[in-house]
Amino acid sequence: MNWQAILSIYRFEMNRTFRTLAQSVVSPVLSTSLYFVVFGTAIGARIDTVDNIPYGAFIVPGLVMLTLLQQSITNASFGIYFPKFIGTIYELLSAPISFIEVVIGYVGAAATKALMIAVIILATSTLFVDLTIAHPVWMVAFLVLTAVSFALLGFIIGIWAGNFEQLQLIPLLVVTPLVFLGGAFYSITMLPPAWQAVSLFNPVVYLISGFRWSFFGMADVPVGISLAAIALFLTACLAAIWWIFRTGWRIKP
Amino acid sequence: MSAIISIRDLAKTYGDGFTALKGVSLDIEEGEILALLGPNGAGKTTLISIICGLVTPSAGSVTVGGHDILTGYRAARAMIGLVPQEITIEPFEQVINTVRFSRGLFGKGSDEAHIERVLRALSLWDKRKSKNQALSGGMKRRVLIAKALSHEPRVLFLDEPTAGVDVTLRREMWELVRQLRSEGVTIILTTHYIEEAEEMADRIGVIDHGRLLLVEEKARLLHQLGRKELLLELTEPLPELPSSLAEFALQRSEDGLHLTYEFDAHAERTGMTRLLGAVAEAGLQLKDLTTRQSSLEDVFLKLVADGRDET
Repeated sequence: MNWQAILSIYRFEMNRTFRTLAQSVVSPVLSTSLYFVVFGTAIGARIDTVDNIPYGAFIVPGLVMLTLLQQSITNASFGIYFPKFIGTIYELLSAPISFIEVVIGYVGAAATKALMIAVIILATSTLFVDLTIAHPVWMVAFLVLTAVSFALLGFIIGIWAGNFEQLQLIPLLVVTPLVFLGGAFYSITMLPPAWQAVSLFNPVVYLISGFRWSFFGMADVPVGISLAAIALFLTACLAAIWWIFRTGWRIKP
Repeated sequence: MSAIISIRDLAKTYGDGFTALKGVSLDIEEGEILALLGPNGAGKTTLISIICGLVTPSAGSVTVGGHDILTGYRAARAMIGLVPQEITIEPFEQVINTVRFSRGLFGKGSDEAHIERVLRALSLWDKRKSKNQALSGGMKRRVLIAKALSHEPRVLFLDEPTAGVDVTLRREMWELVRQLRSEGVTIILTTHYIEEAEEMADRIGVIDHGRLLLVEEKARLLHQLGRKELLLELTEPLPELPSSLAEFALQRSEDGLHLTYEFDAHAERTGMTRLLGAVAEAGLQLKDLTTRQSSLEDVFLKLVADGRDET
């Protein structure tokens, strides 16, 4: 294992984050705060509680997840797409490193950045609502697992994308709807039974449900199933990455 | 001297069916400067890209310092520095950080003294804090070289290093290459500037249509293939060649003032003395007389043309 290389990629990517601090950190924090103002305070004031949890607090895990998913995917996909786009990927391919090290470097940096933002948003949310965390260790575990899994997905998207439009396609057209329909702002038990059944095909439901459980001790689906769903997703992403690595798909003729 | 890179029957057919290399075998000696000459699309960049790990070979094998490029890629690639043909560089990062990044990527611990040495050698030290995008084209190319040298490679690949580079920078680059060679670095450069190969290389390989047509020491190549021409300038135009000169296969210029005689400079008998005798006998008055050695360019064009005739 070429740890020096992993560290170099990680540092280079984190450098990029700090160079674009306003765009990388300030903008997600601002947009999430707007959600709090609109849904939590303005509309939420008219909603009493969901599952006995004040609505303002109820949406916190969903909002953190929303940002975490978007950030992990965007950071990782852009991180690997950009060298492909400008051509500097030649250096990654010619370096004495395996694809595993490239993945650890890029995915690690993307997940770190997404986690940083998630933590900032969580901290910001305490300005708006009273928040207690029932299972802090599990909360961190859910955060880390989700960030890593979706950074892996982002990495795959970045390798797959042939242009900037494709790079945006999956986060915008697939992930955002899944998050909104995944119970970020409501409990799926509030839906008619038919839509509840449909919701169970949405992988994000399990993430948000599990994450919400770590805060309030209650969930739409059993927490064990949430964990299993993340593990399954992580495994699928790792398998895809392994296949890309084996075949040189889209990066190595 | 021993081979630091050993290429055997290397072939590459791309996914779209284009065959870029058709079985190339070549040994590159440690410490030499090898120039690979060939027209655009000849397969030079594919050859380099396979050795450096950018392209997967379809058949054949390559070892670098005894390490197979596929099974021992870590050891093989650690020895190689690559300067690509296109200027590809992270635009928003500082010069020094991009160079440090390359060193780390190749598994080397930080060595600021070495980075400084490389940047100074390439006249980039004053620009180390600049963003790459603020540099001129020539400087960007030098940053690419600095990146390749940052991890102290034993083999340096320069893919068209002086394409689109001004004369001063070209001279500087040649100087740098010579200096690296004196430090024991093996250098492989591709070019389609014959002048560059003639100026720099110890050996020259000619590639066309995916085949290595020839690899030869530069001096011997010129020696072996070098034809010479004797140019006779006459005081008065010659309307037609006298029959006594027919055996010399002279070429008469249109104005009839010049006669060209082609001969092999290294043959035992050049036929020159006999020709001059015959010229005097025919009563021709000479105004001037020059000989011309064919350049590498002529040699190259002849090789490429011959190679195409065979295929």
